Amino acid sequence: MPHRNLLRDTWLVFCRVMLPVLRNPVAVVFGIAQPLLYLGLFGPLLGEGGWQWFVPGLLVQMALFGTAYAGFSLLPEVRTGVMERLRVTPVSRVALLVGRVGKDVVLLVVQSLLIMLAAMLFGFRASAGQMLLGLGLVAVLGIAIGSVSYAIALKVKLEYVFASVLSASIVPLMLLSGVLLPMSNGPEWLYWLSRINPLAHVVDAERSIFNPGTMTYGLVSVAVLVLVGVCYGVRTFNKESA
Amino acid sequence: MIEARGLARRFTTKTGPVDAVRGVDIDVAEGELVGFLGPNGAGKSTTLRMLTTLLQPTAGTATIAGHDLLKDPAGVRRNIGYVGQKGGGGLDQRVGDELEFQARFYGLAKHDARRKVADLLDRFDLTGLEKRGVVTLSGGQQRRLDIAMGMLHDPRLLFLDEPSTALDPQSRRNLWDHIRQLKADGTTVFLTTHYLDEADFLSDRLLVIDHGAIVGEGSPDDLKHRVSGDLVELGTAQAAVVASKFEDAVVDGEKVSFRIPNGDRALPGLLRDLDNIGVELHSVQVHRPTLDDVFLTMTGRSLREGSNAA
Repeated sequence: MPHRNLLRDTWLVFCRVMLPVLRNPVAVVFGIAQPLLYLGLFGPLLGEGGWQWFVPGLLVQMALFGTAYAGFSLLPEVRTGVMERLRVTPVSRVALLVGRVGKDVVLLVVQSLLIMLAAMLFGFRASAGQMLLGLGLVAVLGIAIGSVSYAIALKVKLEYVFASVLSASIVPLMLLSGVLLPMSNGPEWLYWLSRINPLAHVVDAERSIFNPGTMTYGLVSVAVLVLVGVCYGVRTFNKESA
Repeated sequence: MIEARGLARRFTTKTGPVDAVRGVDIDVAEGELVGFLGPNGAGKSTTLRMLTTLLQPTAGTATIAGHDLLKDPAGVRRNIGYVGQKGGGGLDQRVGDELEFQARFYGLAKHDARRKVADLLDRFDLTGLEKRGVVTLSGGQQRRLDIAMGMLHDPRLLFLDEPSTALDPQSRRNLWDHIRQLKADGTTVFLTTHYLDEADFLSDRLLVIDHGAIVGEGSPDDLKHRVSGDLVELGTAQAAVVASKFEDAVVDGEKVSFRIPNGDRALPGLLRDLDNIGVELHSVQVHRPTLDDVFLTMTGRSLREGSNAA
């Protein structure tokens, strides 16, 4: 019975990790402090009309930072034997991953919505449909990155190693995604470097939701990312090491 | 309840393969409380992790609680409880929530889970702590919570890995009472320990493991019996005279010590004989062999040294 109540298992794992967050929602508010600062202290530098361009990028950046660090929450659970305990229950190994990622994605969507609403106070314009689409894309990206984050955390097991893996990968991904400034402003080599960064295409797609533009490359990128990310995550969680 | 044959695990490390467990056979009958004794690094936890589906064996087969370990790990998981060495309560969780989720992970419906949780809180003296954070519990309370989490689905077989490590003497004693109660209620218990007194107090039967292989097996008394006899210590001014009467007697000043079988029964006659030949004694002591003596006889090493060194 490999799929023994996969949905129920996932829901239970989701509830277990969500409950402490609901009991202490302050952390969610702290989570939007950083994007709020970008919104208030960086956004105005872009001048009139900059909001439509900047806010979608900021949302992708939130997806990146919000879920890439998710793996940190797994490390105390590995150390205190929680993961081991759960792995001896008949609960599906896939649920152990997906339930956790689910929590991070729900929080990400809530935070992204709050940021979009806040951005509207500054002059960002979006219809309900655009917002829904924008949140959807952010959520799928969050699933991809969150799955990879948990898988890597499970493999490296040590905070300081995990932290250096993260900063070594997130910073270049973010800088080459054109979140803060258009990559087309730079020299040609830098622009081409950004073109091999799948995240840059996701940023473009997110922007095209709120502006005229094409989503094709971005959708392909995010589809590949989520497929690879979830497969990698599931494979790692299915393996014996925990 | 457990039938393992040739169970082995080899780890590949940078310095070459390490055989943590070298093909062990383990048989545990229903209702038994079996202690798995050995120094740190002997292969106890690796064996336990294999028996509980956490680690894939590199060789061997096992049937656990009626299910094939390799072909039906899910079946094994449904029928066993496992309490790991490290505990297992989430640091950001409340006691009641952890128990309820654990019950539901085993497939219990919500109301059944709640009922079972209340029952186990009561059984393990945790009632009133449901709303407390797991981190606020004392060591003894945390350990009882861990065991309660392993019992929510009424497993027929419970694995305990080093249950009393890091507990103060009172909490240990209390924990032991709870473990004995589990056995009295019909649960088969398989526990690892490197504490002799724990193994001695709890187990019906002991398996002794060293360097990844089982080196001895039997009830604590059986094993102690294999050490030839009890240690008798006599204090007397005529130590040399006494020493000449017994094989392998050791003289230390006014003290003579030697081993005789069933020392407690042999002692009265022995004292009479010594009296008859005019030996005056000023002290008499009989020491039953300890499991440490057993371990020393079987492995040539003291268990205490082993556990201190690791």
